[in-house]
Amino acid sequence: MQNPLDSLWGTVISGFILTLVLFVVVTKFIGV
Amino acid sequence: MEFLPGLERWFHLMAGVMWIGLLYYFNFVQVAAVKAATADNTAAGITKHVAPRALLFFRYAALVTWLTGAALLGSHFVDAFTFKHGYALIGMGSWMATIMFVNVWTLIWQNQKKILGIVPATDEEKTKARRVAFLASRTNTMLSIGMLFFMAAGAHSGQFGF
Repeated sequence: MQNPLDSLWGTVISGFILTLVLFVVVTKFIGV
Repeated sequence: MEFLPGLERWFHLMAGVMWIGLLYYFNFVQVAAVKAATADNTAAGITKHVAPRALLFFRYAALVTWLTGAALLGSHFVDAFTFKHGYALIGMGSWMATIMFVNVWTLIWQNQKKILGIVPATDEEKTKARRVAFLASRTNTMLSIGMLFFMAAGAHSGQFGF
């Protein structure tokens, strides 16, 4: 499998997905 | 000294714009430009004259951004980094920015010194350094997206519906 960070748009999309995952972690599991 | 937090925020934003602006310049512009310039033997213009200057402002902007950010957190520094109630959003942003800051001064800068010939390195070491610095820079670009979201959400939670 290709590393998404090798592609600029793969990096940007990974950034949005990571943000979404961390958002769920913060709001559902840690608590704002 | 009531104006101090405002001053810290002002400098935090200025340094942050320079840091992330140069990070985006490296990733959105320079990587592709060096590739194209290498093909017609003009890459030295970038690697010799542009990259060292950009890296100088890049790493010191990262330092000023982190220090002014820590100053802004002030007595809530530990609250943010331990995700205390009310500080989870800014805490996540702070953790992401801290990982990025450490990346700049360790993985990126230490390897760029080899690539740019500031410290001696064999061709094999330079090839490895190029890959590590590239992936660290791309990791920071990926992290910056979430970092900016959590920084903005932490400071303006009302606009984000929290």
